[in-house]
Formats: sequence, structure tokens, C-alpha cells
Amino acid sequence: MGSGQAMRRITYDQAGMEAVAEEMRREPKSFHLGTDAPPALLKEFGAQRVRATPIAESALTGIAVGAAGSGFRPIVNWSQVTFCFVAMDQIVNQAAKIHYMFGGQVTFPILFRASVGGGTRRAAQHSQSPYSMFMNVAGLKIILPSTPYDMKGLLKSAMRDDNPVISFESGRLGALEGEVPEDDYTIPLGKADIKRAGSDVTIVALAWLVHEALAAADSLAKEGISAEVIDPRSLVPLDADTIRASVRKTGRLVIADEAGPTAGASAEIAALVAEDPETFSCLKAPVKRVCALQVPIPYSPGLEDHVFPDRKKISAGARFVVRRVPVDGGRT
Amino acid sequence: MHPSPEKQRDMLRQMQTIRRFEERASADFRSGAIYGVVHSYIGEEAVAVGVCAALNREDQIISTHRGHGHCIAKGADLNRMMAELYGREAGYCKGKGGSMHIADFGIGMLGANGIVAGGIPIVTGAGLAAQLEGKGRVAVSFFGDGASNAGPFHESINIAGAWKLPMLYVCENNMYAVQTPAAKSLAFKDVAARAAGYGIPGVIVDGNDVLAVYEAAVEAVARARAGDGPTLIECKTYRWRAHTERPAQPDYRPPEEIEAWKKKDPIPRLVRHLKQQQGQFSDEEWQELDKQVLKALEDSVTFAKASPFPATDAALEDVYAD
Ligand SMILES: Cc1ncc(C[n+]2csc(CCOP(=O)(O)OP(=O)(O)O)c2C)c(N)n1
Ligand SMILES: [Mg+2]
Repeated sequence: MGSGQAMRRITYDQAGMEAVAEEMRREPKSFHLGTDAPPALLKEFGAQRVRATPIAESALTGIAVGAAGSGFRPIVNWSQVTFCFVAMDQIVNQAAKIHYMFGGQVTFPILFRASVGGGTRRAAQHSQSPYSMFMNVAGLKIILPSTPYDMKGLLKSAMRDDNPVISFESGRLGALEGEVPEDDYTIPLGKADIKRAGSDVTIVALAWLVHEALAAADSLAKEGISAEVIDPRSLVPLDADTIRASVRKTGRLVIADEAGPTAGASAEIAALVAEDPETFSCLKAPVKRVCALQVPIPYSPGLEDHVFPDRKKISAGARFVVRRVPVDGGRT
Repeated sequence: MHPSPEKQRDMLRQMQTIRRFEERASADFRSGAIYGVVHSYIGEEAVAVGVCAALNREDQIISTHRGHGHCIAKGADLNRMMAELYGREAGYCKGKGGSMHIADFGIGMLGANGIVAGGIPIVTGAGLAAQLEGKGRVAVSFFGDGASNAGPFHESINIAGAWKLPMLYVCENNMYAVQTPAAKSLAFKDVAARAAGYGIPGVIVDGNDVLAVYEAAVEAVARARAGDGPTLIECKTYRWRAHTERPAQPDYRPPEEIEAWKKKDPIPRLVRHLKQQQGQFSDEEWQELDKQVLKALEDSVTFAKASPFPATDAALEDVYAD
């Protein structure tokens, strides 16, 4: 954050709304689509540019692709990520591939927004963090903001990008407040942020778990373990350099993700570290992933909390890689 | 033809059970005993009850996110429903589903669903199974006006028409999808008119008149059982409460509109009908019926509270069949 800038505190959700409103003011070719029209946007920009669509995510996603290829810059809010699954053809076969497949003739600048994560007691269909499914599709960029500051800066970059960008936004963080500059700023896609510096262990944490990792780092400090917390902020492109440099310094890596481990973002991060010869040779302990259990998310509160990682499980993971203290029953 | 007075009394009991269940679910959601989200069916009881009264136990239905009414109308156990809302082990889904995901396959209730239109193809598959078995079973899809604009509705109803599947597609047109008025999503006001394009009958009924819904369903079920294929029934109705029970849930619908629909309450309407037409239903009987309904609900809450929360290891069970 630049010093001397006027700052104020706003929430994660407000930061998202501000980013969209400011970019819509800057860019007359942008318009907003979703099954709900956000009242503030509707009031400012009118029903022509802020459209409430029927419940037809496949069509509205494809409409964004077509409008983008015709010179517009659509912003699509899928609301919860689960609702975009009915639009998978338009996302995976169309939006992601169309620029490449047609030899780059025109661009397809689209921002897709979706909330992710659990903790809301809304059971399996409404508690998902499927970003790695989309990381697997070449042609999409993916951001994952964890603070109001990152939300606004990343969304602005995403709306100025000439590619389809998906913003996965943690439902748990909606009311989180943080400092955000008054003035225009952007955060480049593909630049990780060191949220806390440390020397004994690198904790790469995603979205909501950035905050759990920071809390874990506080308590680990009291035990004499110095943790560095890294927030990748964007998953495609992923800032391997910053993560590798940190691991070369600490020699240990814990990855915390609200999604399950299987073929997840955590697996990709572990591989990027392990396959780099210089970083690999600095590892003093096996990599530890602290992820959700690989199950659909259950409704009952005790079950749901059991499935998700949290600050305690992250701390246990860090103790394991630093001091080889076994993690609960061998399972995290 | 109207059903017998006994059957009408059963229908009244079911509608009142749904009403009281929903009142309790909202209250217990507000007090924190029920988690996540609850979508209230109050005002629309006549649709689920009128349709299910035309079905047999073997017939199958599928529901939506607003599913409690469909469960009760198909004969679900209130105890296990309430225990599911309370997140307990004795709940229908062992506490894994909650309000949006109650199912009882044993009575042909194939589940509530959190994805708008997500259930329509699935219950069409139940219709195909019924046709393949050839025992005269039918399958019923409940869905909203909002869902009628989603691809799975059109894909499914087209196939059901082409294959003459024994199906009822029952649209609960409550005029809104969350905040969006149906009039802004449909260029023509009647969902039922779409049936013509799929070569099947489309019927519009007053969804607050349980006897009218019942009669339309009886006719459609007869058609389906006779091998003549699906019917689209559009029930014009209204939800009294906001889209969900979340405290901050905005509701932009005009208050006069809500009040006008409350005057069309399907429950007193059937009470009046029973009293006038049959002349054999007294105020005392009505009060007694409501007392019994409230007692059954109180029992269901007691049952729910007595059931333990699931053990944490249960989180790992049922991901795959053994
Ligand atoms: C595919 C999908 N998109 C969006 C949603 C969010 N959502 C939940 S209920 C609802 C409105 C449904 O309207 P309607 O089908 O008319 O049913 P009603 O709520 O009126 O009973 C929406 C948009 C969803 N659950 N699934
Ligand atoms: Mg509706």
C-alpha cells in the first residue's frame, strides 16, 4: 500500500461493489448481468446496463461471451459458485477456449464473480470451493481475494484484463472490514502478497484461511515458531516465485485451503515447490497440506466444522513440519 | 368431481400441518435451533396438497428449495423432518442435508433441491423408470416460475412429451423468483402456454383452491397412467413470506399485493367449503383438528431435541456406497 494515501475502512463486499461501480463509470462498454440486480448499481446505471436475468446461467454466461466478442466488457455475477455449474459448457468449452481456438481474432474481456466456501450451514450444494476445477481449464484467469484491499485492486485489474477472469470470493469474508485507499489503484494478477513475514515455516493460505493462518501465526509465535503467511491472491497466474523464495528461506511449507486436497490448488502449489530443484533442496520437512476432508459439505454444525480446516489445524500442521509433532490421529 | 368429505378433511389437515410446520420452522430458525436457510411455503399449501392427494404412495415426486410442503403432502414423518432441520442423527438425511435437502425415497419423495430446476431431469428419469416398469406409476415435478425459464425444464419436458412419459410438471407460479417479478422474465404471462410447443396439454389452475388443483391433478394422473404422456399444470399462487427466512432478507414486493393474497388464503377457503357444501364440519371440529396438528408438531420438536447430533466421524460416511 502506498504511504500518504487517504484510507478508509470498508467491508470486503463493499470493496467489490465499489470496484464494479468505478469500473462501470470508467468503461461505458461494461454492463452487469446476474439473476439479481444489485440495487446500488441499478440505481446508478439503470436497467439497460444492470440487468436482472431469468434463472438461466447457461444463457447469461454465453450472452456475456457473445457480447464480449462484439466489443463489450460484461461483468457477470453468478452469485454462488454452485449456480455456475449449470453453465459449464459456456465456461469450459466456450469462454475459455474461444480466443485460442479462433486464432486470437478478437478478445473476450469478461469478469465472472462467484462466492465460494462454507461455514454457512447450507449443506453440500451451497458450500463449495471448486477453484481448482477451473484452474484446470486453460484460458481462464482466476483471482481469490482475501481482504477488502485485495478485493478492490484485483477486481479492477480483472475488469481491465482482456481475458475471461473468474473472481472467487469467500462468503465468510463478506463483512470483514479493512483499509482501502480513496483513490484509484490496481493489484496486478499473478502477484502474491506476504501477509506476515517469518523464518521457520511458510504457510500458503487461500481466501478465508489467510485470516486463520494469521491467527495461527500469532499463537505459533508464542511457542517460538516464526511463520511466514503468503496469500497467492491469484491462482491463474500463480506467483510461484514468491512462494518458492519463501520456502527456500524457511525450508518448510504448510498449505491451507478450504477445498479438499485432491487435485486441489494445494496440490498445484506443493508441486510447484517440489519440482523446482533449488527449492526442493532447501526443504527440511515434508510438505503438509491442511485442507477440508474430501467429502461433500454436511449441514449439521458439528459435522461441518469437523470437515473444514481452521487456525488450530493450521497450527498443528506447522508444529508437525517444524517439530514433527504428530497431527491428531494422523489425519488433518 | 369433488373428493369425499373425509378426503377433504385429510387435505385440510395436511394444509394446516404445512402451515404450522412452516411457522415453527421460521420461529426455530430465528431462535437459532435451525441453521443455514429456510424457505417458507406458507400461502402455497394447496398446490402440494391438491396434487399429492391425487397420487398413490408408489408415485414419485421431486421438490425444490421450498420443499417442506411437498414432503408433508407426500406423507413424510414430521419427527424425522424436524430432526433433519435440527441437524440431528435421527433426521431423514442423518443431519447432512437440512432444510433444502429433505428426501424420503420410501414414500416416493425424491428430495428437495438447492439448485433451481435441478430436480426436473431427475424426476423425469423416475418417469422413465415408471414407464419401463409398466406398473402404472406416475412421477411429478414441482418447480417454480423461475425454474420454468431454466434449460433443464425445457429439455426435460420436451423429452417427456416425445416419449409420452407418465409425468406431471407442476409449476408453482408465485409470481416471483427471489426479487424478480415473473413478468420481467417471461414475455408471455402463462407458463402453461409453453406446453403447446412441446405437444402436451397445459392447464392453468387457481393454486389457492385445493379442490381445483386436485381435480386438475386427477385428470393429468389418469392421462399419464393411460399412457397418454405428460401434462403441464400451472398453479397461480403466492408466497406470503420473503424468499428466505434470513433476517436481513429484503422483500420489495408491494405490501398491498401481499395483503391481497393473504385474503385468498387456501386454508379458510377449504374450511368454508367443508362447512357450506357438506354442512358437516363445525368450528369445534376445526379447532380440534388444529389442536391435533399443533400437538403433532410439538411432538416432532421434542423428538428432534431428544436426538443426538451426529458423531463427527459420520462426516466421512456415505460419500460412496459400500
Ligand atoms: C441454478 C440456480 N440459480 C440460482 C439459484 C438461487 N436461487 C435460489 S431460489 C431462486 C428463485 C427460484 O424462483 P422460483 O423457481 O420461482 O421458486 P420460488 O422461490 O418462487 O418458490 C434462486 C434464483 C439457485 N438455487 N440455482
Ligand atoms: Mg417463484
